Amino acid sequence: MLDWQPLILTFKLALITTLLLFFIAIPLAYWMAFTKSKLKPVIETLVSMPLVLPPTVLGFYLLIAFSPSNAFGNWLNEWLGLRLIFSFEGLLLASILYSLPFMVHPIQSGFSNLPKSLKEMSYILGKSRTSTIIKVLLPNIKPSLLTGIVLAFAHTIGEFGVVLMIGGNIPGKTKVASIAIYDEVEALNYGAANTYSFILFALTFTILLIVYLFNNGYLKQFHK
Amino acid sequence: MIELAFQKKLISATGEMLLSVETTIKEGSLVTLYGKSGAGKTTILRILGGLTQPDSGKISIHDSVWLDTSKKINLKPQKRKVGFVFQDYALFPNMTVKENLEFALIKGEDNSIINHLIEMVELGELQHRYPLTLSGGQQQRVALARALVQKPKILMLDEPLSALEEEIRYKLQQYILTVHKEFGLTTILISHDISEVLRMSDTVIELENGKIIKQGPTNQIFNYKDLSAKFQLTGTLIQIIKQDFIYILSVQIGKDLVKIVADESEGENLVIGDKILVSAKAFNPIIQKIG
Repeated sequence: MLDWQPLILTFKLALITTLLLFFIAIPLAYWMAFTKSKLKPVIETLVSMPLVLPPTVLGFYLLIAFSPSNAFGNWLNEWLGLRLIFSFEGLLLASILYSLPFMVHPIQSGFSNLPKSLKEMSYILGKSRTSTIIKVLLPNIKPSLLTGIVLAFAHTIGEFGVVLMIGGNIPGKTKVASIAIYDEVEALNYGAANTYSFILFALTFTILLIVYLFNNGYLKQFHK
Repeated sequence: MIELAFQKKLISATGEMLLSVETTIKEGSLVTLYGKSGAGKTTILRILGGLTQPDSGKISIHDSVWLDTSKKINLKPQKRKVGFVFQDYALFPNMTVKENLEFALIKGEDNSIINHLIEMVELGELQHRYPLTLSGGQQQRVALARALVQKPKILMLDEPLSALEEEIRYKLQQYILTVHKEFGLTTILISHDISEVLRMSDTVIELENGKIIKQGPTNQIFNYKDLSAKFQLTGTLIQIIKQDFIYILSVQIGKDLVKIVADESEGENLVIGDKILVSAKAFNPIIQKIG
């Protein structure tokens, strides 16, 4: 009988990560799209780092930082009661960092590609920056938002290195599907590994296919 | 009275240019900013609207100060309450025609103005359509109506008609004149089409390389006195052919090409591209309805 827990955990992690990332990424992407600050290249680099860095590197530093034997990890533990290593919360934080560029980049380019005049016209009509973002800018970059949401979701499902480093392999807490696959292969349970793999493969394929259909306009008849 | 006095360094295609403007605009007038592209016309409107910051200067409107760099006063675009029609119209693609207008409505204000404006620019049948499904002329009307929802005192139009065909253009000029009167607006229009300027504005400010070179009543600026002509047309000179003692001028009037005979004294000072006024005084033009 297949243990469904790793799959459920994977989707729970991906869902919460995507949701939180969405709200973090919008202000960040807005800032990156419109700022004239000299800090911009530095922030852009930091956001893009997870694209090129081996996930184990990110995982390793997070492990060091959050370890209760270090000052920062100890402070988190003592003051906020947060233990971020080998816990779901830690996994969540690591996932957010790891998938950050996948959410931020599409939204940022969506913002930059909008004609500047839309924003200016909204200001001329007396609207604040916040209401301009919510009512004018975001509704006009729906494809970018969708791309960001889906890429971040799919990328979190595919996480392995970071999870292994900071989450470990605790059933029900940090043992996600990708880890379970590794586990089953090590135990020579190829059948179970195949089931997990196939489910992940089919799901991510479907999700990405829907996005591309949507963004290419094939599904236009179903939405407005 | 609108008082403007500001400077701003601009980087243009031909290098650095100092935009330096000092002028007053009478309340209720319809002013055209006229000049070649790159003369700084759009920047003036943007500075008035608060979208571009000048390096230094002062703007005051009916005794309220919008900008005074020496006192560090600079009202945000949101607080200036101007009507603005951009060259690209900037209609919000995610909203229908009506929603575009409703978006402009200040919370709690009477929304009957929206239906009134929709009727005024004849958009009733199109009010539930999205902007991208409309023609250029229709989009322009939406932009014009939207700019008036907040009942601004000042309406600014950045070459609103340049992308449109002649017939639609004429109709839209009428809409602009109508709203200008009905709303008691001070209207500032950018145009580089002389016939449009003559038809619409009472005052012209002519710009060249960021400076005002002429300002005054339209007919004076274009050296077009109230001649008691039987008919008059304005157009652009396309071709000059000299034949013996006369010149044959090809003039584009609207979209038609008209050939006109000119004598030597008239013809020798003209160059291709000149804007010219053609009028006849001694004979009555014969006018017949043909369709």
